[in-house]
Amino acid sequence: MVAPALVRWLGPKALYAVAVLPAATFAWALSHAGAMRSGGAVSESYPWVPQLGQELSFRMTTFPWVMVLLVSGIGALVLIYSAHYFSEGEIGLGRFAAVFVGFAGAMFGLVVSDDLLLLYVFWELTSVFSYLLIGHDPAKRASRWAAMQALLVTTFGGLAMLVGFIMLGEHAGTYRISEVIDQVPGGAYLVVALVMILLGALSKSAVFPFSFWLPNAMAAPTPVSAYLHAAAMVKAGVFLIGMLTPVFASDLPWQQVIWVCGSITFLFGGWTALRQTDLKLMLAYGTISQLGMISIVLGSGFRTAALAGAALLAGHALFKASLFLVVGIVDKSTGTREIYSLSGLGARRPALAAVAIVAVASMVGLPPTLGFVAKEAMLEAFWDGGAGPRAMLIVLVAGSALTVGYGMRFLWGAFATKPDYDDSPAEPVGFGFLASPALLALAGLGAGLLAAEADGLLAPYADLYPAGEHAYHLALWHGITPALGLSVIALSTGFALYLTTRRTNAWRAVKLRLTSGVVYRHALGGLDRSAIELTGRTQRGSLPFYLGVILVTLVVFAGGLLVFNGPWPFQARLFDTPLQLAAGGVIVAAAITAAIARRRLTAMILTGVSGYGVALLFIIHGAPDLALTQFLVETVTIVMFVLVLRRLPARFSERPLKKIRRLRVTIGIAVGVVAACMSWVAVNGRQAESISTLFPDLAVSYGGGHNVVNVTLVDIRAWDTMGEIAVLLVAATGVASLIFGRDRAMHRRGGSRPAPPKTGEHVRWLARPETDGTHQAIILQVVTRLLFHTIILFSIYLLFSGHNDPGGGFAGGLVAGLALAVRYLAGGRAELNAAAPIDAGRLLGTGLLVAVGTGAVSMLLGGTVLQSAILHFELPLIGDLHFVTSAFFDIGVYLIVVGLVLDILRSLGAEIDRHRESGDEPETQPTLAKEAA
Amino acid sequence: MPNLVYVIVIGVLIGAGVTLLLERTLTRVLIGVILIGNGVNVLILNGGTFGAAPIVGENTTEEMSDPLPQAMILTAIVITLGITAFLLALAYRSWQLLGHDEVQDDAEDRRIIELAERDESHQDDEADEPPDPVYDDTPRKADR
Repeated sequence: MVAPALVRWLGPKALYAVAVLPAATFAWALSHAGAMRSGGAVSESYPWVPQLGQELSFRMTTFPWVMVLLVSGIGALVLIYSAHYFSEGEIGLGRFAAVFVGFAGAMFGLVVSDDLLLLYVFWELTSVFSYLLIGHDPAKRASRWAAMQALLVTTFGGLAMLVGFIMLGEHAGTYRISEVIDQVPGGAYLVVALVMILLGALSKSAVFPFSFWLPNAMAAPTPVSAYLHAAAMVKAGVFLIGMLTPVFASDLPWQQVIWVCGSITFLFGGWTALRQTDLKLMLAYGTISQLGMISIVLGSGFRTAALAGAALLAGHALFKASLFLVVGIVDKSTGTREIYSLSGLGARRPALAAVAIVAVASMVGLPPTLGFVAKEAMLEAFWDGGAGPRAMLIVLVAGSALTVGYGMRFLWGAFATKPDYDDSPAEPVGFGFLASPALLALAGLGAGLLAAEADGLLAPYADLYPAGEHAYHLALWHGITPALGLSVIALSTGFALYLTTRRTNAWRAVKLRLTSGVVYRHALGGLDRSAIELTGRTQRGSLPFYLGVILVTLVVFAGGLLVFNGPWPFQARLFDTPLQLAAGGVIVAAAITAAIARRRLTAMILTGVSGYGVALLFIIHGAPDLALTQFLVETVTIVMFVLVLRRLPARFSERPLKKIRRLRVTIGIAVGVVAACMSWVAVNGRQAESISTLFPDLAVSYGGGHNVVNVTLVDIRAWDTMGEIAVLLVAATGVASLIFGRDRAMHRRGGSRPAPPKTGEHVRWLARPETDGTHQAIILQVVTRLLFHTIILFSIYLLFSGHNDPGGGFAGGLVAGLALAVRYLAGGRAELNAAAPIDAGRLLGTGLLVAVGTGAVSMLLGGTVLQSAILHFELPLIGDLHFVTSAFFDIGVYLIVVGLVLDILRSLGAEIDRHRESGDEPETQPTLAKEAA
Repeated sequence: MPNLVYVIVIGVLIGAGVTLLLERTLTRVLIGVILIGNGVNVLILNGGTFGAAPIVGENTTEEMSDPLPQAMILTAIVITLGITAFLLALAYRSWQLLGHDEVQDDAEDRRIIELAERDESHQDDEADEPPDPVYDDTPRKADR
């Protein structure tokens, strides 16, 4: 996380500082060399998700220890190298540094984790980090594409692996690797689990059939490629194979799958590498080939092979990282990696060439390198292993020959002086730039010379297998053995191959389409197609369709439950008083006619009628607060409708097909019936007494009010109300932004600003009304002015009396809002501005502030949020004043409701007026004018 | 005990409301929402007992109608007002921009359906075809 800042500050040199982290890890790992030598283990464990029995458990034995050394050591060297590779001002260098360290950290975690799930987490982390590293340059399409491919392939494998892990873990009852391996299941269960895990390992290591992603990942910067290929990412797969082979080697598909896939990869990769003309691609296919070989060896499951595999793994990491870094230098100093553009580099850059020669020597297995020692061990292992492994020797020798071939070709291509070509220009190479590859190559050489020492370190891993009668040891010289003979055969065949490729210039790069790459593309294409088909089927993009589906689901499920969860209660009363029947009749008739009305105004008025009918029901039911609010809301609704409908066409647009209409009505009736039945059953279903029987007492003792409904709103269930007024605020803002929206855009373009409300301007009471030319009802205006203040006073009375009598903030606010509406209807927007010289938004904001403030104050006073406190004052003259803090909350509600209505009037009223006056009509004039004519 | 008048009113209000809700005209949808809102309010009311106004001092606790559903309904009524205002503004805006207040199908969904009918994949072929393997990874310099 610090890395980006460091890079911004220091430039590429910051990578030196960043390299300290992996270097420290390397030193830490080295300090454990003694313990590793004696076959010990370092383990640590921290609780992670104790509820799930998950721990962060780490365990380092010999094999992980080797990996830790490689991951941290090569990581540090690559970072140092990068400090030279990237130039000042490289885009995204800070991110590179951070991601690189993260990647190294994930890799470290992966190799030391002792928990299958933890290992999986680190596994996927390396996938994600490698995605970021391969896609280092997001501006290049090739880079994005390659990154995506690597991510998809490796996470696909990772998911399969997770399934395998879970199968193993669930069987064993633990995810600790060191414990799981003692509880191996059997039969087909194990086969499936193993195949799943192998899918993960092989895809990560780019082993057939998943090889295709690795060459494309060459889009990454060279240091990244070096790290990906040598120490991290692809090594995760072979690491997993190496870790699990001691347990599963004898189980059925493990060794066979690895051998078949590994062989194909080994030979195919080598063959393809031989045909490349791009040095980096040559190395990339070389990596694939080598990974195939390492998989074969590590997956074999006998002692010598394990020893050879670990040595091969380490050797490959060292020489491959070195070679990639060399290619990076070649590329940087000459500007090309094409072998037919490079000539004479070896003569002028002898040091660079020497490094490459040492590294290649390790790759092809020349003494006295680690590569040679490892290859001897490998050949020996398979020679001794019986009939099956001996057959594998053919593959191994042939693959080694190919390795020799492309190794030589690499050296020739990069450094030889080619007679037909001019010498390529080359910039000088700094010492620091060359240091990392040189160190890596020398490490490969040194490990070979100290083969006995290496043997001692790797032996604890190999000793996981039975030793056999004579234990093999890594050494430079075993005498004249069959293995040595095979090495000589491989070397000479490889050299011959190399000479052949040199002679034929026609061996230019062949664009190879790996078959599995084609499968990948088809799979992606197929996925895309099916996604589109599925989306096309289900996401019709039609609102009625979606609603219909939802409602039909309601009918089927809720209705189904009602039908099957009988018996039904048959208790019912027709009505409480006959008045209910009358009100109900009005509602039913109005609602049905509203549904079939063809004119907007008719539908709207009928809706209003049914709404008033509901208000009547409320009164009869004994709910005066509800009735009051419902009456007021219906009225405000009608005003709103009129304001908007004056602009909309009088008739609804044409009805659609009869069939669809019938379907709608059917769904409507079905939902109605289900809702009615639900109501019936629900009421009969009551078993406990309503909690609200306690409310009346609570209202008086805690809320300090006699109107139970109002106290419920502002005290007992004040949170509901708080949410509600917030919704109102949002709705009001939405209305304003919808109506004023375009004008705001116009203002920015320098359009005309509507006259702001005349705040502060003194308007004489009963002065000659200002008309805007459309409203001339002077008498009406004067009368409304006379009444206005009375209505406002009444609304305030409602607000404060609401605590004890019907009324409250909602009713009061609506009454005040209606007073404003009357002013507006009588005199237009000038009147409205005169009546309410304040911005609606401010009113809404103040209201919310007051309401929230009340809650906060009661919290400060030591109560819970929105708890009421009852205050008593003795005031002279006025007498006893009884005051409840929740009244402030109600004031907030009042202000918000007034603000909402004012906002509606300003938007749907005044602003639409303005649109009309400024001729702001839609382009297709609707039928309003025609209707009027 | 349920009140049959209420049950019928609920059924009719919600039925009529749903029928309108499934329309494409926004004004009709809005009227549908209002009707459904009223229906649901009566549904909640039906859950409480019938009685006198729940005002302490005027009526005894036994006589009172259930105050809890009433408080809930009151909240619902006012929210319906806010939604009505919003939908009306939406209808007006739609008329202002398009000349009608019909709810259109989602254009993006339409496009996908067309693709599906033509049996095609999307045109953005980032994932389908590999770019030419030009592994150009030379470091970039910032344009400064």
